[in-house]
Amino acid sequence: MGIQATYLGMPLQLDDLDVENLAFFKHCAAHNFHLQKCAKCGLLRYPPTTACPWCMSPKSQWVPVDARGAVHSYTEVHHAIQPAFKSHTPYLILIVDLDTQKGKPTEHEALRVVGNLALPDGTLAPPEMVRRVGIGTRVRMVFSGVAPGLALPQWTIDEGVLHPPMPWRYPQD
Amino acid sequence: MPMPAETDTTSPKYLRDKYAIVGVGETTYTRGSGITTRALGTWAVRNAIEDSGLKASDVDGMLSYQSGDSTFSTFIAGDLGLRLNFYMDVFGGGSSTEALVGMAMGLMEAGMCKAVVIFRAMNGFSQVRIGGTGARAVAPVSGDALHMRAYGWQSAGQMFAPSFMRHMHDYGTRPEQVAAVKATHSEHASNNPKAFYKKRFTVDEVLASRMICKPLHLLDCCVETDNATAVVVTSADRAKDCRHPRALIRGVVGRCSKPRTDMHYQTGPISTVAGHYAKDILWPNSGVGPEDIDVTGSYDAFTFTTVLQLEDYGFCKKGEGGDHVSNGTIRLGGKRPNNTSGGHLCEGYTHGMNMVIENVRQLRHDADDSCPIGPDGKRQHTYDYREGGCRQVKKCELTANLGWANPGTGSAMVMRRD
Repeated sequence: MGIQATYLGMPLQLDDLDVENLAFFKHCAAHNFHLQKCAKCGLLRYPPTTACPWCMSPKSQWVPVDARGAVHSYTEVHHAIQPAFKSHTPYLILIVDLDTQKGKPTEHEALRVVGNLALPDGTLAPPEMVRRVGIGTRVRMVFSGVAPGLALPQWTIDEGVLHPPMPWRYPQD
Repeated sequence: MPMPAETDTTSPKYLRDKYAIVGVGETTYTRGSGITTRALGTWAVRNAIEDSGLKASDVDGMLSYQSGDSTFSTFIAGDLGLRLNFYMDVFGGGSSTEALVGMAMGLMEAGMCKAVVIFRAMNGFSQVRIGGTGARAVAPVSGDALHMRAYGWQSAGQMFAPSFMRHMHDYGTRPEQVAAVKATHSEHASNNPKAFYKKRFTVDEVLASRMICKPLHLLDCCVETDNATAVVVTSADRAKDCRHPRALIRGVVGRCSKPRTDMHYQTGPISTVAGHYAKDILWPNSGVGPEDIDVTGSYDAFTFTTVLQLEDYGFCKKGEGGDHVSNGTIRLGGKRPNNTSGGHLCEGYTHGMNMVIENVRQLRHDADDSCPIGPDGKRQHTYDYREGGCRQVKKCELTANLGWANPGTGSAMVMRRD
């Protein structure tokens, strides 16, 4: 069955035909990050797809994945385009290299999982937290609950671990 | 003109110089056109056909590109009385112009038609805003978009920014280097009477403009305008009878992509763009290399897109794009000016076609600047590039257009003067 919900005032929809995305977000709703593992080449992939982008195999199974990593790149949005985000600026869009499978299939790849910087409860991070994060910052996944069967994976600073002394931030900062 | 030594004699080259752009046309670049995309497109196609010297009955192919924000070939052809032997309207924005030129060549090579007009018509400010505000910003977030728009990751600037930031991280590219693209293109636009923004900006003014999404300040972003543009492509033989010197097509590459263009961040390095792959088609097919090119049209939806493309097509070493765009090379009077019309940052936004039109005019030695028109009816270019002056590049013989859809997809074309 499909999902219709509201998040930050935005209508979110998942069609009942969209079985891969429904499965992905159902695991997120249980606060349990899963990705598809290819039955042929064994590589994980993100986001969910019907076939393996590395070997074309259509066979895969959902497996739990340790969702910790480091920020690969980001943007800090000051002028929101969507009304839902107008009251949340500045907000960060993070592209995070998971530790899991980093450097595979080549040294240039990683599972690069998108999310906003958030507090541990999944709400968008306040400005003072935004200012602490840059390329290299260690993060762990948290979730923004939206509806039964739908939560969005998000990222928060992994406070308990060693961080680079200075994450890379935009030079004008 | 004598051509430089062939850089690769084993590559596909049998279409080199067999086709030409013979007509270019546009409407004014404005905000609030007050007319439909159908009317805009009709004007641009008419102007391009008139410019070519061909008759309406000579043009029997039509191509266009759009993203659900425009009219269709059938309407434009009907309104102008063209009977078509082929037409197609494709989905897409940036990178489409060069790709469709390549398709036009293929259509004519296959004998399906004899002359093709390509248009892009859009009310990018007053109807479907290219920046993504308005109706598109409040549309429901559905399916795969949950991995993007649900995070406030929607506009072109937001989508491309992680590539730009990673480039700064990897190579030490500085904000003031990137801002030099806007300053340079604004100098060019000040010598272009039809540019929407003719004002010259300094690097400091770009850096002082408000932040949109890092690393893009307001003035790092292109203008949203209402306009239509069109070009006419036909065989080099037929082009001999047309009104202007031929802009012969040396080589084309269309919508060449990185792996996983839908989610190109999954494959790296993310600071590398599609030009990295496209260059291996463009230069061998064209039989020239970046050093031979006199004028470039590197897509400037943002200042940074110009930087990344010039770099990945080999106009400078990887990682040195910041220095390359800020050391005078890309200015009028420099070694290889880029976007001499002011491009998308200043002239107007057309998803790439106005940069192709500009290079055709450069190759004709007929840039429509403010230089006086002589007794022979031709513009007497002064090559004085001060504000309000000339923008014709001296002895322009070879141009390259580098079209951009996103970091993962690009198109390109090399043209030469007859």
